Amino acid sequence: MHGFANPARFLRIARWLMPLCLGVGLVTAGAALAWGLFVAPAERLQGETVRIVYLHVPAAWLGMAGWIGIAAASFTELVWRHPLAGIAARACAVPGAVFTAVCLVTGSLWGRPAWGTWWVWDGRLTSMLVLLFLYFGWMALSQASEAANGAENKAPAIFGLVGAVNIPIIHYSVIWWNSQHQAPSITIGKSAMAGSFLWPLLIATLGFTLIFAGVVLARMRGILADQQAEARLRRKVLADAPIEGAF
Amino acid sequence: MREAMDPWTFVIAAYAIGIGATLAMVAWSLLTMLRAEKRRDEARKR
Repeated sequence: MHGFANPARFLRIARWLMPLCLGVGLVTAGAALAWGLFVAPAERLQGETVRIVYLHVPAAWLGMAGWIGIAAASFTELVWRHPLAGIAARACAVPGAVFTAVCLVTGSLWGRPAWGTWWVWDGRLTSMLVLLFLYFGWMALSQASEAANGAENKAPAIFGLVGAVNIPIIHYSVIWWNSQHQAPSITIGKSAMAGSFLWPLLIATLGFTLIFAGVVLARMRGILADQQAEARLRRKVLADAPIEGAF
Repeated sequence: MREAMDPWTFVIAAYAIGIGATLAMVAWSLLTMLRAEKRRDEARKR
């Protein structure tokens, strides 16, 4: 892992990996959504509204994956002082927040015809809303601490680790508490879904995950380029400034 | 009694919001990256 700590090596890899992830992800997700929308069957009880699952589940997974990424990068930053870890955490925040918001909105649009209501304050929906607020808080803290202390501030990393406690709460909320939301249909190694629903869902999840990875790499490249430009301009200003007390 | 609702309205709204948000995020991230890399290259040339 420390081999990738070198920003030059990271950029060499990201230059070809980022467009590959985005290109393959967009094509795969587009094909899976078209499959889900036009080819996959309607469900016996929910009818056509079940098609929202092909967007809602990948968005829910990536909303949680974004925070898992922030927590993992925060741990790496605090323990090994990996120079790219803080940048990776910042790059995960926006796509994680966007997918969390997409999950909440598509869930609400699914809830209205399926449950007869846009929103219920049950464990799953509330903990997902808390995740969105955690993203907003983390982004504000990260921006404020960078402006005040540069890259040295550890507050966002600690917040990233503490906030990870919400991830198992989201996952187990439908098991721990009575919930309007259904229990997980897919667990490791088994699925309660028929293949005609499962395959487009798995392919959509793969496609959106690749898009997420491409966006994270693009944002990391952008943050790194910003830092390099700042450092170069600062060095130039210092070199051009007259030295005080010199004759 | 629940009123009759057209399920396709909800499906299309969900797809429009999901796809629109994803594409906007991809475009914004790429533009931000390209702008930052251009700024870095200009700083190198000075």
